[in-house]
Amino acid sequence: MNLTLHVWRQAGPNDKGRFEKYEARDISEHASFLEMLDILNEELVEKGQEPIAFEHDCREGICGSCGMVINGVPHSKQKAITSCQLHMRSFKDGDEIWIEPFRATAFPVLKDLVVDRSAFDRIIQKGGYVSVRTGNAVDANATPIPKTDADAAFDAATCIGCGACVAACPNASAMLFTSAKVSHLGLLPQGQPERYKRVEAMVAQMDQEGFGSCTNHGACQNACPKSISIEYIARMNRDLMKAKLLGSKDD
Amino acid sequence: MELNAAIPSGPIEKRWDNHRFEMKLVNPANKRKLSVIVVGSGLAGASASATMAELGYDVRCFCYHDSPRRAHSIAAQGGINAAKNYQNDGDSVFRLFYDTVKGGDFRARESNVYRLAQISVSIIDQCVAQGVPFAREYGGMLANRSFGGAQVSRTFYARGQTGQQLLLGAYQALARQIELGGVKMFPRHEMLDVILVDGRCRGIVTRDMVDGTVRSYTADAVVLATGGYSNAFYLSTNAKACNVSAAWRAHRRGAGFANPCYTQIHPTCIPQSGDYQSKLTLMSESLRNDGRIWVPKKADDNRPAAQIPEGDRDYYLERIYPSFGNLSPRDIASRRAKEVVDEGRGVGPLKNGVYLDFADAIGRLGAPAIGERYGNLFDMYERITGESPYEMPMRIYPAPHYTMGGLWVDYNLMTTIPGLFAIGEANFSDHGANRLGASALMQGLADGYFVIPYTIGNYLARGGLDPVAEDHADCKGVEQQVNDRIQRLLTASGKRTADSFHRELGRIIWDKCGMARNKAGLEEALQKIPALREEFWENVRVPGVGADLNQELERAGRVADFLEQGELMCRDALDRDESCGGHFREEHQTGEGEAARDDERFSHASVWEWTGENQAQRKNVEELTFEYVQPSQRSYK
Ligand SMILES: Cc1cc2nc3c(=O)[nH]c(=O)nc-3n(C[C@H](O)[C@H](O)[C@H](O)COP(=O)(O)OP(=O)(O)OC[C@H]3O[C@@H](n4cnc5c(N)ncnc54)[C@H](O)[C@@H]3O)c2cc1C
Ligand code: FES
Repeated sequence: MNLTLHVWRQAGPNDKGRFEKYEARDISEHASFLEMLDILNEELVEKGQEPIAFEHDCREGICGSCGMVINGVPHSKQKAITSCQLHMRSFKDGDEIWIEPFRATAFPVLKDLVVDRSAFDRIIQKGGYVSVRTGNAVDANATPIPKTDADAAFDAATCIGCGACVAACPNASAMLFTSAKVSHLGLLPQGQPERYKRVEAMVAQMDQEGFGSCTNHGACQNACPKSISIEYIARMNRDLMKAKLLGSKDD
Repeated sequence: MELNAAIPSGPIEKRWDNHRFEMKLVNPANKRKLSVIVVGSGLAGASASATMAELGYDVRCFCYHDSPRRAHSIAAQGGINAAKNYQNDGDSVFRLFYDTVKGGDFRARESNVYRLAQISVSIIDQCVAQGVPFAREYGGMLANRSFGGAQVSRTFYARGQTGQQLLLGAYQALARQIELGGVKMFPRHEMLDVILVDGRCRGIVTRDMVDGTVRSYTADAVVLATGGYSNAFYLSTNAKACNVSAAWRAHRRGAGFANPCYTQIHPTCIPQSGDYQSKLTLMSESLRNDGRIWVPKKADDNRPAAQIPEGDRDYYLERIYPSFGNLSPRDIASRRAKEVVDEGRGVGPLKNGVYLDFADAIGRLGAPAIGERYGNLFDMYERITGESPYEMPMRIYPAPHYTMGGLWVDYNLMTTIPGLFAIGEANFSDHGANRLGASALMQGLADGYFVIPYTIGNYLARGGLDPVAEDHADCKGVEQQVNDRIQRLLTASGKRTADSFHRELGRIIWDKCGMARNKAGLEEALQKIPALREEFWENVRVPGVGADLNQELERAGRVADFLEQGELMCRDALDRDESCGGHFREEHQTGEGEAARDDERFSHASVWEWTGENQAQRKNVEELTFEYVQPSQRSYK
């Protein structure tokens, strides 16, 4: 199939950026979306032009590197997939496709479709862990964990940190990302001792990074490639309230 | 090159304890003054960085990803082994040790493997304490499953995302240390060389991948946790960016590279669908529990699967291995698939796959029961191929997956360069000629959490490490060489993309040094690869400039290293004139077509020494002795 692409090109953080038009020719319906971009990029290189910079690594929906807005939707209109999991059979000959970076104040564009998502790392650094040193652990079966709790914690922990939630949110809020980690740890016995301190510190960092506030749009949940539920946001808000009441004292 | 494995004496079960007791300790007040550079933030690198910082060392950790959480380890699916014996099914440290040595076809170092089995138990405790949400039973206890090559249930898992959950655990421990100031993290930094001062490794040269700055970082010791080299084949199940450059650059500075020809080809991956294909996707091995593997009996049978009657089908694994059948080990299942495809009996539009058929299982148990077991895998398959395994058989084919070879290390995980250590998939240590499923995650975390933090202390405690300034002449010299190489790539101004060379290299290695190898083929590869390398340097085209985010430049540098390392893979495969584990030399098979080892001549690790540009590398040998497990012929009939 042949396609017309409008791709966001931006030389660096200080460049204004613009859409450029490209033709992708003879693309197999079995190719993945990123393979389609590879083909285009190789053509550009052969012509001595700079290829389109985009991030990717695992190409199977787990590393969270790839992230672009495809026809106005983070990771495309298809539900519960990452950009790398999109295949060309979802398009038809002659389609026009608009490709842009994830946009948010807290995610500055570095080049073309590549954005800086290090704000997510800094949120985790404020408390997205259990403070246990290597070698301190008791036997793994010493604390039984009900299967339902373990499963719910897993569902939250499945977040790949891609940032689609932020890109989808009209306020560019990072509540889904932050609440997923807060809930993952908050649902497990190991996460209890630091539960309230954690939520306060992570939310404070989130605000400091310039992410917007949550107004219950739910766009994040729809864009999430792992279908993480906004119920975790509600859960985090409850913990935050309780933390405020407790005056940040744990226990 | 001197190869002293530094194996402690005494009975095997006491060696690690004794060694730890005898190791020199660093006074806590001095630890802060000792600095360690860790390259890599996968399971091995993240766990090592966090733990060394906890102990008080001044740690800097580098990775080429935008965040340490994205390392290739994130993609591991199946699980992690540990000799916990929670199932009470007779598992023990000794059994895990035994299975690993045998699974590796008697080409691993016994003492290291025993230590790995001992430590496996603590890994699970550590991960649970960090909040890793492993699968649990209704009673709240941890669940287990069994994996190939073992008769006990010792694999811990977190749905199909075990690597993700373990890596996030290690990443979180790392994040905590970053917050506490124990680790300084350098994401988007690619290590391009190591710095030696007075024969010891004292630092690295990196390129900042956003603005292109090339500079040195010095330390008292350097740890490489940079993963494996399956991407030498171009198409593999590894993440796209996985590469051999860090290990290879160290090799060129004097680190011995061991057993490069030991590569693992995983039997159940989705076959290639066209030339544009950029990577291959693994389909969990667990599918072989209910799927039956077959191809048509006749070559070039173009009928759709459903129209091929039973009598015209060849369930070749069930036929050749009546007792193990579809569950025969990875290397055997892979080789047999290649055989039938080479005979022209492959299926699918490109005739490059075999069927994995669930029709019987669906007939017996019903589609819902099969969906319950494999639904997510079926969906993943359908997303990629557009075909539903509920309606037609899956098509699968083997793909490069893991590399057992890597930098040679002694018992302390130190390479042949003093002060340079290698951990995780980057080293060669524990899996011999074939790795068992669910053992790579175990090894990465054992190395990172429990081995290197102590053995590096022993090295550092010996002292003699005067500070090296970052503008030391030796640093500047290496920086200059790194810059020259970048310039050479940027100014080659040829016609071909780096990827086009990589694909061509991958083809050669896959054809001649893949699942089955022979002398003539390997010799042919050894002619072709140097010629391709020569063309690369004249005809590669890298647009853009060095002082920018330049993904083509990154790629070209990695392909250049694969063009050297791929040649060594073939040379090692040619030299190892026997079959063992994943290394199958067609000249050496039993009457029944199985790998025939030659313990007389090859019970050793081959450790290659760099001797200069375009020079034949020198082979050194570490003899392997087996005191606890007697080498025998593997049989799965
Ligand atoms: C699809 C798949 C499924 C798997 N499933 C399992 C499983 O179920 N069980 C199991 O035990 N094993 C499994 N494996 C194998 C296992 O995942 C890997 O062997 C293991 O994760 C490797 O970990 P590592 O820490 O050594 O390296 P990696 O995770 O590969 O990390 C390498 C790190 O080094 C960095 N790096 C590399 N080079 C440089 C450089 N030059 N400069 C800066 N940084 C650099 C990278 O940024 C990265 O952080 C699987 C592998 C694949 C491909
Ligand atoms: S490339 Fe890893 S999630 Fe898409």
